[in-house]
Amino acid sequence: MAKEFDIPKLPTYLEIPEINEGVMEGEGPFKSAKEFQSPLGFPGEKVDNWQEVAINKMGELKSKYRSVQVFLDACVKCGACTDKCHYFLGSSDPKNMPVARQDLFRSVYRRHFTFAGKYFPKLVGAKELDDEMLDDWYNYFHQCSQCRRCSVFCPYGIDTAEISMAAREVLDSVGVGQKYCNQILGKAITIGNNLGLPEPALRDTLLDLEEEIEEETGVAVKYPLDVKGAEILLITPSADFFAEPHIDGLIGYGKVFHQDGVSWTMSSYASEGANFGMFIGSYDIMRKAALRIRKAALDLEVSRVMVGECGHAWRVAYSFWNTLTGVGAGATDEFGQKLQNQLDSRYPQPQHIIEYTHDLIQQGKLNFDKSANDDRTVTFHDSCNVARATNMGGIPNGQFILPREVIKAVCNNYVDMERSTIMESTFCCGGGGGLLTDDLMEIRIKGAMPRMQALKEVEKSDAVDTLVAICAICKSQFSKVLPKFDFDPYMIASAHQLVSEAIIMDKPQTDDAPAEEVEEASETSVETETAE
Amino acid sequence: MSVVSIFFTALFYISLTIFLVGMTRKIYQYWITPVPLKIPTAPTPLTQTGVVMRMAREVVLFESLFKSNKWTWLFGWLFHVGLLLVLIRHARYFWPGDLPEVFLLIQPFKYAAFAMVIGLFGLLGRRFFVERIRYISAPSDYLMLLLLLVIGVSGVVMTFTSNHTDVIMVKEFASGLIVFNWADLPTEVHFLVHIFMVFVLMAIFPISKLLHVPGVFFSPTRNQVDDARKKRHIAPWALKQEQEHAVKLDQTLGQDNSEGK
Repeated sequence: MAKEFDIPKLPTYLEIPEINEGVMEGEGPFKSAKEFQSPLGFPGEKVDNWQEVAINKMGELKSKYRSVQVFLDACVKCGACTDKCHYFLGSSDPKNMPVARQDLFRSVYRRHFTFAGKYFPKLVGAKELDDEMLDDWYNYFHQCSQCRRCSVFCPYGIDTAEISMAAREVLDSVGVGQKYCNQILGKAITIGNNLGLPEPALRDTLLDLEEEIEEETGVAVKYPLDVKGAEILLITPSADFFAEPHIDGLIGYGKVFHQDGVSWTMSSYASEGANFGMFIGSYDIMRKAALRIRKAALDLEVSRVMVGECGHAWRVAYSFWNTLTGVGAGATDEFGQKLQNQLDSRYPQPQHIIEYTHDLIQQGKLNFDKSANDDRTVTFHDSCNVARATNMGGIPNGQFILPREVIKAVCNNYVDMERSTIMESTFCCGGGGGLLTDDLMEIRIKGAMPRMQALKEVEKSDAVDTLVAICAICKSQFSKVLPKFDFDPYMIASAHQLVSEAIIMDKPQTDDAPAEEVEEASETSVETETAE
Repeated sequence: MSVVSIFFTALFYISLTIFLVGMTRKIYQYWITPVPLKIPTAPTPLTQTGVVMRMAREVVLFESLFKSNKWTWLFGWLFHVGLLLVLIRHARYFWPGDLPEVFLLIQPFKYAAFAMVIGLFGLLGRRFFVERIRYISAPSDYLMLLLLLVIGVSGVVMTFTSNHTDVIMVKEFASGLIVFNWADLPTEVHFLVHIFMVFVLMAIFPISKLLHVPGVFFSPTRNQVDDARKKRHIAPWALKQEQEHAVKLDQTLGQDNSEGK
C-alpha cells in the first residue's frame, strides 16, 4: 500500500506550487471494519442504497448546521484560499486547495439541492454522487486536518473543516468509515481513553512516574487517580501517560500542582482529553465521549475541570463542552445548571493548564531557574485548534499570548517563527484531524512542509533547537516528521516540559517529613472534610 | 405603450418577484437553520460589539480577503465599491419627482463606473490566467463576470460616449415601475441590453453564488461571539435530544464504571 514519494524540499521562501493533478489520488486511509463501525452505530459495510442514504444525510446535515448550508451557497470561487492549505502547498494536488476540496461536496449539493444544479449541472459544475466521487470524498476529506487556516483568509469565513466533518459524517452513515478514528472512538467511549488503557494499567503508570520523579528530584510529586473530593479534575490526552515528549509535560503539570499545593486528580473513567468525535463530525459521538468527563466530574465531586496540553481537546473543551455537557457557566437550562452549580464560578470552566500555570506565575507562586533551559533556543508552534478555535485567559488573542508568556517565564532564549506561519495563520503540523496514522504518512510528511520550512529559517537565523507545542497530535506528528526534514526528532518539547525543567521545587524540610504532610499542614485551615 | 416597453415592464416585475421571493426564502432558510456549536475563527471577538465591528470590517473593507491576496482584494474591492456608488447614483431614476438634495452629493462619483469595470476585468483576468483559479472555475463563474461586465460597459458607454440615452425618458420609465404609472422606455440597444442584463442578474441572484451577499452575515465563523465558556450555547434540536436522554444518563451514574475495571 505504501508507495514511494519524494519528501518535499525546504525552500528559503515558501512558494505556491504549480498544480499537479492527481498526485495525491489514492484509496485513502485504511477503511473501518464492522467491528469498529457497529459500536458507533454506523453500518458495518457500504450499504446497498448508499447514494440515497448519502443524499438524505446531506439534506439532514444542511438543515441542522447553518455553517454547512451557508458555506455551500456562499463560495464565489475567488481563490483566496487556494494557496492557504499546507496539504496543497506540500503536495501540489489541486484537490487539496480548500475550495476544490469543498467542491467535491458542493458539486453534489448543487446537483441535488439547487435549481441551477438540477437543470444546468454542467454550467455550475454540479456532479452526481457516483462511486468515483465517493472515493474522492474518502480520499481527499482524509487529507484535511480540519485546521481552519483557510477559514481565516476566506472573505465569508468559509471553514473547510465544517465541510470535511460533514462529508465524513455522510461517509460513516453509508458504512465507509475510517479505521483509525473509529477504532479509537470505540475504545474512548467504552474504556475511557483512546489507548484502551484500563484503570490498573493507568494506576501503575502513574505510580512509576511518581517514583521516578521522587528519585530524580527528591520531592514526592503525586499523580492522583480517582480521588473523590479533589478540587481539580485534570483531563489530559492519554498520550501524556506514556509518549515522548508528552509525558514530560505531564511531569510538569504535576510539579505545578504540587507547588501550588492544590488537591487534584485524574479519572480512570474519563482518562482521555482527545475527542475524535469532532474529527468524524458526529455531534452525538462527540457528546458521548464528552459525557464521560461530565460524569467523572460529578462522581469525583470536583469543583474545577482542567485540560492538559492537547489541541483539539482544548477546542472541544473550550468551545463545545458547555454546549455538549454543561461543563462551563451561564446555563439557563436545567441540565446545564445542575453541573454548573457544582463548579466553582470563580474560575473559568474548563480551564487550560497553560491558563492555570500562567495565573500562578502572575501571582508569583512559582519560582524558576530559567538557566535550566539555557541549553535551548526555543520557538513555539501554535497548534491549529488552540490558535484558531479557542481562547485563553479571556483576553483578546490570549491563546497566543499566554503560552508564549509561560515559555518566556521559564527560558531565556525564545524566538518566534515568521509571522505569516504562526498565531491565527499558523501552519498545521500535518497530522491533525484524524490523520495521525501510518497509512497516511505521505500526506502527513508533505503537509508538514510549510511548518518545517518556517522552522528551518529560524534554525538558520537563530539556531533554534527546540520546538514547543501544546498539542499531543502535534508532538507525535513532529517526532515522526522532523527527521524527514533533517531535524533532530527530539527537538519537539511540551510547554510544561520546559516548566518542569526550570521550576524550583520546595524540598521537604526534614528528611523524615514527607512533602505531603507539609502540604497538608499548611492547608488544614482551608480544607476540612474533602480528604476522606 | 410599445411592445418593447410592455415586454421590459413585465420582465422587471417578473425578475423582481423572483429576486424578492427567492431572497426571502434563502434568508429565512439561513435564519431558521440552527448553529449547534460555537465555531468563530480567530482572531475572535469576545463581545457582541466586537462582532459588529468585525462584520463591518469584513463587509466594508473585505478584511479577510485583504489578508489573503492583495490583487484579488484590490479588484474585488474596486468592483464592489464602484458598484455600490453606481447603484446609489441610479436612485435618481427610480425616485419619483425631484431628488432629495442628499443624493446630489453622490453625483461626482459617476466615474465609479470605471472602478467597477476595471475591477471586473481584473477578476476575469485572474480567472483566466492564474492556474489555481482557472482550476476551480465553472462556466457559470466566467459568465457571472461577463454578465456584470456587459452591464458595466453598456452603462459606461451610455454615460461617457456620445451614445447617450434619453435620461428623462429613463426616469419616467423607471419611476413609473415603482409607482405603477407605466411609461415607454428608450429603445437604444445599449440601454436595452443594459437593463435586460440587470433583470437577468436580479433573477439569478437567489439561485447563484451571489448568495454570498446575505451569506456573509450568517457565517458562523464571522458572526459568533467567542464566549463559549461563559454562556451556554445550544441548538434547539440538541437541547431536545439532551432532555430526552437526561434521565437515562442519571440512571447510569456510578454504574458503568465497573466495565473498565
